[in-house]
Amino acid sequence: MIRTHALTKRFPGPKAGTAVLAVDKLDLSVDEGQVFGFLGPNGAGKTTTVRMLTCLVGPTFGEAWVNDLQVGRDDTDIRRNVGILTETPGLYDRLSAEKNLRIFARLYEVKDVSGQVEKYLRMLGLWDRRDDLAGNFSKGMKQKLAICRALLHEPKVLFLDEPTSGLDPEAAKLVHDFIAERKSEGRTIFMCTHNLDEADRLCDVVGVMKQRLLVVDTPKNLRQRLYGRKVVFHVKQSGARLVEQIKALPFAREVQTVDNKIVVGLDNPEEQNPVIVRKLVEAGADVQFVGELRHSLEEVYLSLINESSPETHRVPGQSGG
Amino acid sequence: MRVLQRHTEFLGSRGDNAVDKILTIIDKEWAEVFKNRVVLFTVLFMPLFFTALPLVVLYAMRVSPGNSDVMDLPPQFTRICGNLTGAACTQYFTVNQFMLLFMLMPLAIPVAISAYSIVGEKTTRCLEPLLATPITTIELIVGKGLAAAIPAIAATWAGFGIFALGAKFLVVNPGVFARILDPMWLMAVIIVGPLMAAAAVAMSIIVSSRVSDPRTAEQISMVVIVPLLGVFFGQMAGLFLLDTRFILVTAAVLALVDAGLVYLSVGLFQRETILTKWK
Repeated sequence: MIRTHALTKRFPGPKAGTAVLAVDKLDLSVDEGQVFGFLGPNGAGKTTTVRMLTCLVGPTFGEAWVNDLQVGRDDTDIRRNVGILTETPGLYDRLSAEKNLRIFARLYEVKDVSGQVEKYLRMLGLWDRRDDLAGNFSKGMKQKLAICRALLHEPKVLFLDEPTSGLDPEAAKLVHDFIAERKSEGRTIFMCTHNLDEADRLCDVVGVMKQRLLVVDTPKNLRQRLYGRKVVFHVKQSGARLVEQIKALPFAREVQTVDNKIVVGLDNPEEQNPVIVRKLVEAGADVQFVGELRHSLEEVYLSLINESSPETHRVPGQSGG
Repeated sequence: MRVLQRHTEFLGSRGDNAVDKILTIIDKEWAEVFKNRVVLFTVLFMPLFFTALPLVVLYAMRVSPGNSDVMDLPPQFTRICGNLTGAACTQYFTVNQFMLLFMLMPLAIPVAISAYSIVGEKTTRCLEPLLATPITTIELIVGKGLAAAIPAIAATWAGFGIFALGAKFLVVNPGVFARILDPMWLMAVIIVGPLMAAAAVAMSIIVSSRVSDPRTAEQISMVVIVPLLGVFFGQMAGLFLLDTRFILVTAAVLALVDAGLVYLSVGLFQRETILTKWK
């Protein structure tokens, strides 16, 4: 659905003859119906990538296709087939919510303007406020209105740039639910976000960007790649005296103990956990709980960003797309 | 040429869509811009003032004619007065000066509207979602241009109509009234006015690509008024005289200038430049 090959963008630098590299040789592939999370620090090139894919800025080098249409050749058709939620809602504050949507519905060549406008205003709980000026809306309501605008023409691909930025938890949850519903409809969603919890919950695949694509994978695989799988065994007694017995097992890695908890790195916990539990019981331990230690995507992200340097932009063997 | 090639779609099979998009932009611009008090003040107050001022002066000349003498007028002007009396010739000279005010409207009003509609839209960050729609650059510019030019032309024509009606009752000499409606002024208002509005819009788009504040854009764009002021003062000083030939030449020159300015403005109105360089 979305493919890029060596997609590069350089902007003219502040001094004559200089250039600022915003996106460097981006190779990416997002399948139809996927929610792709695009992560990276400020200035990493996320918004520039979205702008290139929505034909708002042209690539300096490389190629990109959205919905089998080529960026730079089929720009107007691409715009017809994608919806975009920009970093700021960019609404006409002096116009009503309904008028804002009507304008964009007409520009997107929507056949049933009134029907589509009503559908999305109702869906996002703004129907009763349709006559209010957009400028009088709260930040959350503006964001919801901007989301309505992005969906009016039923785009196959949706680009969301920081969809929950600055929203309160209730509004953010509504947006999350909304994204999940659009995903269930089979739409492809390309989402830039700083909210790693959001990416973890909503995205099938995430890509971490810092001018270059550092890594692309599912959140689960990323955690596993960086930290491996770890299991915590809670025992009633002190864990210290049991550690040596666990270390003796050939498959156990990085065995650590904290109070009455034993943390063990395992490649295949489904098969290896029962063996460890048996070993602990044989050693006289009372096993209270067993659970997998889950690293947050935030830890993965920070690890990748901190590791990245001009020499090590890409995690070996993990090229995008 | 590349600019033209890029936008040939405008004239292609999607003509209906193009017209609808242009109408949508005009609808949007008017709904948005006319809620801006500064713009509304310019669009309403200027035509009212420029229409009322000459009528008031004419009325004052009627109730207190004074000792007008054609000898005080530029010699070229007295020649075209023909059989008008001294007072009537003076009145016609005054009317002639005020007629230039009607040429000011199609320059000033579009600048006020388009400065807010382009730079204002950029500063409020409304342009990016708009540019992300399947609208072509030429459709967007035509829509914005017409939204700025139509009120100016309508205000100019309406103002001129009201002035002509008022003058019929206020001007002493029927010969002077006849000259107000002579082909020269009708051409000036009906043909040169819209050409001036087009120049003002194109100038405003060009200036908007280099400034960050709507008021700055408006002030710089007002440079389009300078040639008109030159005509105004030139005629007052007796350097030249407005006649039908002068208006025809002006219309022809303006048509060429418009073509150049519109080409330049479309070339400068690049989506990428707008999003990444317009600060």
